[in-house]
Amino acid sequence: MTGPALPQPRGELSAAVIAALTSGDTALDSTLPPTVDPYGDDLQLALYVLYELHYRGFTGVPDELEWDPGLLAVRRSLERPFLAALRRDVPPGTSADEALDALLVEPVGHDDSSVSHHLQRDGELWQLTEYAALRSLYHLKEADPHAWVIPRLRGRAKAGMVAVEFDEFGAGRPEEIHARLYADLMTDLGLDTTYGHYLDRAPAVALATVNLMSLFGLHRALRGALVGHFATVEVTSSPGSRRMAAALRRTGAGKAAQRFYDEHVEADAVHEQVVRRDVVGGLLADEPHLEADIAFGVHATGLLEDRFGAHVLKAWQQQHSALRTLPHGGTERKSP
Amino acid sequence: MTITPDGPLLLPGPVEVTLPDGTVVTSRRFTVALCTCRRSRIYPWCDTSHRRRTKNAKETR
Repeated sequence: MTGPALPQPRGELSAAVIAALTSGDTALDSTLPPTVDPYGDDLQLALYVLYELHYRGFTGVPDELEWDPGLLAVRRSLERPFLAALRRDVPPGTSADEALDALLVEPVGHDDSSVSHHLQRDGELWQLTEYAALRSLYHLKEADPHAWVIPRLRGRAKAGMVAVEFDEFGAGRPEEIHARLYADLMTDLGLDTTYGHYLDRAPAVALATVNLMSLFGLHRALRGALVGHFATVEVTSSPGSRRMAAALRRTGAGKAAQRFYDEHVEADAVHEQVVRRDVVGGLLADEPHLEADIAFGVHATGLLEDRFGAHVLKAWQQQHSALRTLPHGGTERKSP
Repeated sequence: MTITPDGPLLLPGPVEVTLPDGTVVTSRRFTVALCTCRRSRIYPWCDTSHRRRTKNAKETR
């Protein structure tokens, strides 16, 4: 299996990481400049590239570099400011139940701050296509980062987590793996379904949403936050997916495109129940000291999703692309 | 089976449901959420339409 091509660097940090992966010389200085923006393009891309070694890697990069001590030290130095910024920026002191209960209400009427509300009512096909391209960084590995938590759970939490993941991975049927359904959706929208194809076009706000899952998934110490992330995704998915399915129907995007979100309306109404009752409930019963971490995971997910949504809606309001323009990309069109 | 406080009925799947008009629908999912509020657009399956509605809700996706 060959991985995607390495992306173009976006600053000194990402340039150093990409150069190390290309040359194999991984003796990097892991000291960060004090002014580094934890949510910025350079740090987020450097982190994204290092995390990708744990998924599918990159063409021309040896698989063994996944556990290279030099690269792991750099990864840690990038994770620290990212995690510190998240802890600083989320609301403090709520319980896991309070954090999740806040997501269990739906707005009356139209929500101006929601991408799926916008797409359902006013979205144009090029906007749906851009949204699908940006989300492909996650959905082409849908549920993969959450699988890392399985060995760190026990009993009810583990059984619930595995049951939901089994569903995400097609319940034994490869043609129904959610990542595969997403690739079918992309095909309907005329997008390139190659894994990692849109990495260069994804701004930092999009990379951060995926880096968050990798960060939580790869660290056992953050297992509570990973469960909080998973619960947030499952709780918010069903109504959001209904709006996305409606948007794709209205714009005539195609049957496979609708199928992905139709499946998520029904599946995630079940997943939400299992995740809240068994995964969150089971983990809290087993390890009550993780309560604050679960709430942190919920809030951090909401924070980064809100930033992503605000970026996308702002670009579209100005009739701009929400994707990055490539520096050497030749002719650029509005749709990807 | 589990009765949730204000949501669906949870049943271990697979489940076959006979609707009032005689139609039989099937879900092969490991757990099936049956709508009890009758507001679901994909009845008899739950689509979270039972949720409370508010003027200030936030959603993330």
